[in-house]
Amino acid sequence: MRITGAQALIKSLEMQGVEVVFGLPGGAILPVYDPIIDSPIRHILVRHEQGAGHAAEGYAQVTGRPGVAMVTSGPGATNIVTPLANAYMDSIPLVVVSGQVATGAIGTDAFQECPITGVTMDITKHNWLVTDAEEIPQTIAAAFHVATTGRPGPVLVDVPKDVSNAEMEWYWPGSIEDLDLPGYKPQVEGDPDLVRQAAELVLGACRPVIYAGGGILKARGADALRELAERTGIPVVTTLMARGVLPDSHPLCLGMPGMHGNYTAVTAMQESDLLLAIGSRFDDRVTGKVSAFAPGAKVVHVDIDPAELGKVRVPEVAIAGDARVVMEKLLEVLERAGIGPAGSKPPAGSQAASRPDLSPWIAQLRGYQERFPLAYDRDPGSGALKPQFVVESLRDAAPPGTIVVAGVGQHQMWASQWWHFEEPYTWVNSGGAGTMGYAVPAAIGAKVGRPERTVWAIDGDGCFQMTAQELVTASAERIPVKIAILNNAYLGMVRQWQEMFYEERYSEVYLSPDLPDYVKWAEAMGCVGLKVESPEEVGPAIDKANSIDDRPVVVDFRTDAFEKVYPMVPAGHSNDDIVVGPSAGEGGR
Amino acid sequence: MRDGAERHHILTVLVENKAGVLARVAGLFSRRGFNIASLAVAPTDDERFSRITIVVDVASAPLEQIVKQLDKLVNVVSISELAPEEATERELLIATVEAGPAERGQIVQLVGIFGAQVVDVGAEAMTVVLAGAPSKVDDFEDLLRSSGIVELQRTGRVALPRLRGRR
Ligand SMILES: Cc1ncc(C[n+]2csc(CCOP(=O)(O)OP(=O)(O)O)c2C)c(N)n1
Ligand SMILES: [Mg+2]
Repeated sequence: MRITGAQALIKSLEMQGVEVVFGLPGGAILPVYDPIIDSPIRHILVRHEQGAGHAAEGYAQVTGRPGVAMVTSGPGATNIVTPLANAYMDSIPLVVVSGQVATGAIGTDAFQECPITGVTMDITKHNWLVTDAEEIPQTIAAAFHVATTGRPGPVLVDVPKDVSNAEMEWYWPGSIEDLDLPGYKPQVEGDPDLVRQAAELVLGACRPVIYAGGGILKARGADALRELAERTGIPVVTTLMARGVLPDSHPLCLGMPGMHGNYTAVTAMQESDLLLAIGSRFDDRVTGKVSAFAPGAKVVHVDIDPAELGKVRVPEVAIAGDARVVMEKLLEVLERAGIGPAGSKPPAGSQAASRPDLSPWIAQLRGYQERFPLAYDRDPGSGALKPQFVVESLRDAAPPGTIVVAGVGQHQMWASQWWHFEEPYTWVNSGGAGTMGYAVPAAIGAKVGRPERTVWAIDGDGCFQMTAQELVTASAERIPVKIAILNNAYLGMVRQWQEMFYEERYSEVYLSPDLPDYVKWAEAMGCVGLKVESPEEVGPAIDKANSIDDRPVVVDFRTDAFEKVYPMVPAGHSNDDIVVGPSAGEGGR
Repeated sequence: MRDGAERHHILTVLVENKAGVLARVAGLFSRRGFNIASLAVAPTDDERFSRITIVVDVASAPLEQIVKQLDKLVNVVSISELAPEEATERELLIATVEAGPAERGQIVQLVGIFGAQVVDVGAEAMTVVLAGAPSKVDDFEDLLRSSGIVELQRTGRVALPRLRGRR
């Protein structure tokens, strides 16, 4: 069958099972947009290509399937650079197809030419410039394979206009061998010897902690993690990228560690004698000052990306492999050593029977939880609306399974801290890159991926202004997301740093509470707009927002501009220097 | 190039013979903050692949990181890391030196001692070539300098593992 490269491209996306593409057309990608009309694939027309990328990421984060975005050459392609960088940092499978000027014009500074494969080389897992229509099916299949296997990540396929227009004989690569990827070989199975060594450390540890990262979600490993925690009785911290991987209500879940983590999660790692780091990467926001991080801990590090092993902290046992596969193997080894189903007693004489008792450790952690719970001033007297109160109210009124999406800043930390994540894949945020403006488009993508779920974006006023235009997309496409703006009239997180570390010299952080008028703006974009100024109005407004399901809703919560995120480990400090609250001074100890 | 020669490491990287691969490899070094001391690229006996020989001056811990990062590049098929003592290294030097009729004899003598070759002779200059172990090439270059170098090019090292133990 002879078809054009453009038709082959769309057909290849169909072969990959793509159900939705986020994009915006232009000259160089025009040929590819034509066959979209005849395709079952849903195309969602965004208002800015950054929105397409983040929507595809949100879709990928909640479904586990790759997100797909399509853009034209030049500025269309550069507008999606931020999402590519974001997906690279957070290991999100994202496939971007970009148009390119015709092959004969490449290198001539042609109209809307940009060497996007060069621009994105360092922020994609791989990218391709297709130079022959024959290559299209193979390249698309390879792109999806690379994006979704091993450590997932973004890829870009750049397709010149003449290649889209050229005819080719349709085929579909039958197997991975046909993809021509001789250098691509993700390591999935962990080395059994190393898994046995890890088990030995588990069996000997007195104060172990599982440091669970986003890689477990990528590996669909939440069940294995739960099994591992319950069978061994080892408590779990869930990083910003892993919130929900173990329910917050689970007795072994200690919540979020790191710069704005809770005291118990941070301190458990500091005092542990064994860290089981699984799908986590010792990010500086988790470790604080690396040389002072968990100083007494041996480390078992499991990651599918061998380059993460030893990058920041040299582990005692480094296992390159898929988080789920390795945890399952570890469970098998532990079972042979006498660690059976949760609650069962190890057989007499088994290695597990002589394992150290973890109850003093658990008791110590319970003590921390009681002494240093997350806290804020619930009764400020001033009548100020506390952002944490808004998050709690949203949480308590949310239908089960609600997906929460955040921007970047204080509101993101409050959302992560105060929501109770009970299910994996219900928390979507920009962790590694910290991309302001992520929430609105990512919420749209999440809602498209999980239309049956309520999707609440908890956004900042600064972030909202970066990508709000995508609410036009949401209205036009009938994607009823809900946006809660924690409007503190500031670039709040930066303001907090200026208050704490720059002697309250506020430089370029004030935004204004009512410029723009968020309600009018929401209405202009086809959404319902609500404004909340006092604590009493919070409940009714949330109820109203939850009752609307035929269009997007934006709620402008006028929150206390002076509220700061606590606990906090100041940047570059040891995690031992955690400050639990405004009045706690040097922290808990 | 010769400072810290003890600390140098040789990476031989087998890559797919595709457009842009060299840029990916070189780009990775700059992105991760490594300096490349020398780099040589050439096709292999299999036309699908090329071999890039990279010499880096680094401590071993970050080298492990750069090797792992390189290995992640989709176009990189395999990497072998050679410690200088385990490698047979060669480099080629080509130089045009000032050599009027009076100096020619001296240069020719030097060429003889080093096993180099005279490949071109002009009225006031001659061009010589030496392929050899990098330290030998260094010595040759030093001696040529005293005669006055018009132009000089070195290729950077290429290397293969030593056969020690293999028969
Ligand atoms: C694109 C981008 N620009 C700048 C920053 C730096 N930054 C981090 S948080 C923040 C403030 C965010 O303000 P807002 O959305 O109002 O959230 P708040 O902290 O007030 O909750 C800024 C400017 C960033 N993370 N991303
Ligand atoms: Mg703000």
